[in-house]
Amino acid sequence: MDNKNTGSKVTKWILVGISFLFVFVMLILPLVTVIMEALRKGWDTYIQAVTDEYTVKALLLTLEATAFAVIFNTIFGLFSAWTITKYRFRGKKILTALIDVPVTVSPIIAGLIFVLTFGRQSFLYPYLQELNINVVFAVPGIILATVFVTFPFISRELIPVLEAQGTDEEEASALMGAGGFKIFTKVTFPHIKWAFLYGIVLCVARAIGEFGAVSVLSGHLRGKTNTLPLHVEILFNEFQYVPAFAVSSILVMLAVAILIIRSIIEYIGKRNNEDVR
Amino acid sequence: MKKAGKRVIPAFGISMGVTLAMVSLIVIIPLASLVIFTSHMSFSEIWETITRERVLASFKVSFITAFIASLINMVMGIILAWVLVRYDFPLKRIIDGLIELPFAMPTAVAGIALTSLTSDKGLVGKFFANFGIKIAYTRIGITVALVFIGIPFVVRAVQPVLEKLDPSYEEASKVMGASGGKIFRSVILPEILPPAITGFGLAFGRCLGEYGSVVFIAGNKPFETEITPLIIMSELQEYDYSSATAIALVMLVTAFLILFIVNLIQARNTRILGR
Repeated sequence: MDNKNTGSKVTKWILVGISFLFVFVMLILPLVTVIMEALRKGWDTYIQAVTDEYTVKALLLTLEATAFAVIFNTIFGLFSAWTITKYRFRGKKILTALIDVPVTVSPIIAGLIFVLTFGRQSFLYPYLQELNINVVFAVPGIILATVFVTFPFISRELIPVLEAQGTDEEEASALMGAGGFKIFTKVTFPHIKWAFLYGIVLCVARAIGEFGAVSVLSGHLRGKTNTLPLHVEILFNEFQYVPAFAVSSILVMLAVAILIIRSIIEYIGKRNNEDVR
Repeated sequence: MKKAGKRVIPAFGISMGVTLAMVSLIVIIPLASLVIFTSHMSFSEIWETITRERVLASFKVSFITAFIASLINMVMGIILAWVLVRYDFPLKRIIDGLIELPFAMPTAVAGIALTSLTSDKGLVGKFFANFGIKIAYTRIGITVALVFIGIPFVVRAVQPVLEKLDPSYEEASKVMGASGGKIFRSVILPEILPPAITGFGLAFGRCLGEYGSVVFIAGNKPFETEITPLIIMSELQEYDYSSATAIALVMLVTAFLILFIVNLIQARNTRILGR
């Protein structure tokens, strides 16, 4: 790049200074606060809070919901991105818009629509009762909410890459007699593997941290329908600040790990000339 | 481009089938149940709910705080994108990676961290208390939480446009004697304003619906620091689904409206960026 010298040196350092100050106050300080508050009463209290029975159960539920979200949205992401970019059909725009709905609605509204779908006043409710399935205030509701808020994350990463790649290679292989599955694994997938991984990382990040939608559908039952972020809320509202921050520190470490993995994937993806992001 | 007609690539049926089945389960059926539920309510009932004073006050709080936060993010986003694209300085990669933190950090964690930072006893709160400014449990606190949430949107919208901007225009205007400020205003700003507005719109939409980071710092006093998503939440906790749905409808319509405008601006952006 040969345009690095635009503007005077003074402007440069003022702008860099403003950026540093902003990033420090808004992003680094909150991160540091979590760790400092978590360790305020020493290592032993910290370990105790992190290994508390309810914390471990909440962590397991969070991981369970995240696993479901990743599996479901992987299948959906691959199928929907393939369908949208490799074929021509009517209503493609509507389909794309529908896929994006979950990221445009407030998480609280996401929770609300699932309460309306599966709650007591729904026409589905009697049938679900007969089958002995509880969705609202139960684990299935939490999983559904998590899947919903992360729904477009993988397909959104894949669609632009597949679109840029076109359909020529797939058409050629089809004319040579390859089946759909074979074309996908041999021809299409090598182009999208980094974008695909990138989508999974985004999906995991959001699934672990989801709060609003899960909060509506969880009954906040400790040890049963409590995810890690909800557990943080309960502890904080009970003025148990040190345990609340200790549990938060688990989430912060996961978040930082996700950021690092994200950067690595982006870097490798760019080197392989695949347009990630 | 391929002409419409017979599809050459096999497996259209199964991939379309799987896609539609999953979209129906996760998006269409829940949205339909919202529509069905709404259809049982009368217009006057909805109107009465959404014009309750406490609800109107929450719209105001949500709107003002989200707007100011997104405006701050638009200015800071342009500065950050500019600095990250045009300058070299130490720790640049780390700053670039940190921009994404609000997407990776759970909102509840951000919420309690910001609350403890900006309360009277917190590091930042103590500093501002000297000037008689309270942050946590006021609208300023809500705005701070929303600024945190919205940081990545404008930066990530402006960055690619700035990267593709042809420097020869700037050089030409420099040769012709334009000052740095003038070049920025008349050559660079027109190019990055549309993506900045797109980022603003996306951040604004996200901030209006934000719940997790705000509930802790807001204090949730009716008429003063109660945001709309929180009202929906409390209606749900009282099993008043009609009121919750009525208020949610207002938010949904607003969100879709913002998205529509953003898409219009984005269509323009794509033309500039090319393929």
